[in-house]
Amino acid sequence: MGYPHKPHPKETLVLSKHFGEADARTYKGWVKRGGYEMLAHALTMEPARIIDSVKESGLRGRGGAGFPTGLKWSFMPKEKKKPHYLCVNADESEPGTFKDREIMRWTPHALLEGAAIAAHAIQAEVVYLYIRGEFTEPWAIMEKALAEATAAGVFGAIKLYLHRGAGAYICGEETALMNSIEGKRGNPRIKPPFPAAAGVFGMPTTINNVETLAAVPLILKKGPAWYKGLSLASPKSTGTKLFSVCGHVQRPGNYEVTMGFPLKDLLYELCGGVPPGRTLKACIPGGSSVPILNREETESCLLDYEGVVEKGSMLGSGGVIVFDDSTDMVYQIMRLARFYAHESCAQCTQCREGTAWTTKILERILSGQGKTADLDLLLDLAENMTGKTICVLSDSCAAPVVSGIKKFKQEFEDYIAGRRKPLLVA
Amino acid sequence: MSVGAHPTPQPGTEEYQPVFVGKALEQLGEILTRYPTRQAALLPALWLVQQARGWISDRNMAEVAEVLGLTPAYVKGVVTFYTMYHQHPVGRHFVQVCTTSPCNICGAEAVVKAFLDATGAKELGATSPDGKWTVIEVECLGACGFATPVLINDDFIESVTPDKVSDLVRKYK
Repeated sequence: MGYPHKPHPKETLVLSKHFGEADARTYKGWVKRGGYEMLAHALTMEPARIIDSVKESGLRGRGGAGFPTGLKWSFMPKEKKKPHYLCVNADESEPGTFKDREIMRWTPHALLEGAAIAAHAIQAEVVYLYIRGEFTEPWAIMEKALAEATAAGVFGAIKLYLHRGAGAYICGEETALMNSIEGKRGNPRIKPPFPAAAGVFGMPTTINNVETLAAVPLILKKGPAWYKGLSLASPKSTGTKLFSVCGHVQRPGNYEVTMGFPLKDLLYELCGGVPPGRTLKACIPGGSSVPILNREETESCLLDYEGVVEKGSMLGSGGVIVFDDSTDMVYQIMRLARFYAHESCAQCTQCREGTAWTTKILERILSGQGKTADLDLLLDLAENMTGKTICVLSDSCAAPVVSGIKKFKQEFEDYIAGRRKPLLVA
Repeated sequence: MSVGAHPTPQPGTEEYQPVFVGKALEQLGEILTRYPTRQAALLPALWLVQQARGWISDRNMAEVAEVLGLTPAYVKGVVTFYTMYHQHPVGRHFVQVCTTSPCNICGAEAVVKAFLDATGAKELGATSPDGKWTVIEVECLGACGFATPVLINDDFIESVTPDKVSDLVRKYK
């Protein structure tokens, strides 16, 4: 197993405090660490009080969108007329992101406890934990933890079930995930209606990311003011965040830092920088769906929702992909476009055609057959792929293409002008 | 893999052995208690079929349809949406190598090549002549910091490099 690394003094260990402790995975071991105390307490609380605490803490969704968690919970009907559901999004598939996997592997009970507290807060009697099909090891750990905690009777009347995905990135989109639970193709739904009105099985539903829910027991335990106080820059971004760092760094892995932490310090100090003799070229700070940052932007970026937006990208899921100067950016952007073309559910024309043609044009450029007009064509396609579809998959394909052409135009032009040897065979 | 590579036995040419009898039927019964609709048990039911048979044939899809009150065409529509359901037989050991960008820059392509060579599968998606191995490239396995992650059947293996491949392959009989 790749974890744990020795925690760096600049990390703030909240969610990852017990990573690496095999004993923490067991029910007994988790209880010994104070686990399930907050759930027992929460089950005696008025749901509205829990929602208030989470609102006050400033916790925002860690799946990518950063929507305030307490506010999301408050959208659920107060007066319960139909069954309510909670879906846990453990379909972690965003290239560059591998934090939820680590939470499930090391602290499965933190997730279960947070999910049960959230279920009580939104008055849901059933929780579905949707785990991507490829996560065989986290699945086995979650299954065991769930059986142990259920046997101990900690969940009261709340029922929790694991639901296994079967290979589809798009099922990480909330309404696609709900369709997948219902036994359908994972096609995203048109909104409205929003899940709080009509979600899984047409009933009021809330969906939260693994990392978001894992933070909830601690927010109740230590108080919203404590959580809110964990903030180095923007007061709108609070708490800690797990950043998954991969690509060209000497010590890839998950690092937990306080919101507002400098990206530069994360990369150079915590992760040991790029391999010796190389220099940083580019970085994708929030999973492959967000715009690429160049070196200068990377080195001046603060890691919170506002700080990354200020540099022209997004915090997303916190999946940090690092590229050093040995990287062929055109090839990597094509590789990302190919990912989206592969994962498009094909409902919307702009996405189905756009992701495929973007990939084909990039392949054409890489094979030395590119035309001068291709860059404008790519940008034109990207514009038609942004803000025009049911979900944001096609926007996500456009983001690295647009930012890549803007920041690394020379590399594209070199292929088109024949100054660079074709990488692909025409 | 071409569609005709592993022909499905034609209906009627051999007696169909249903999957959902005995223990599998019991498991499905338990799964059905988790959801308010029978349709919702479709993904778990398909997993049970694949675990029992190694892949999901048209006949299997028809059986699942019947058990859950769906049509075979609907079931096929769902099977074809998800990449992890095999619509054709695969080798005894099924290898999935992540080659998305973060793994690609860490050398995933060389890992793929090493698997194709060491297993004798030679070509992506093809099965080795001894029927033991099928190797495919997959998009992001969600373990980018441990490049290159590889799934061999249900074993998730991190940080695979080309030099580790032949030892890994030897472990699977």
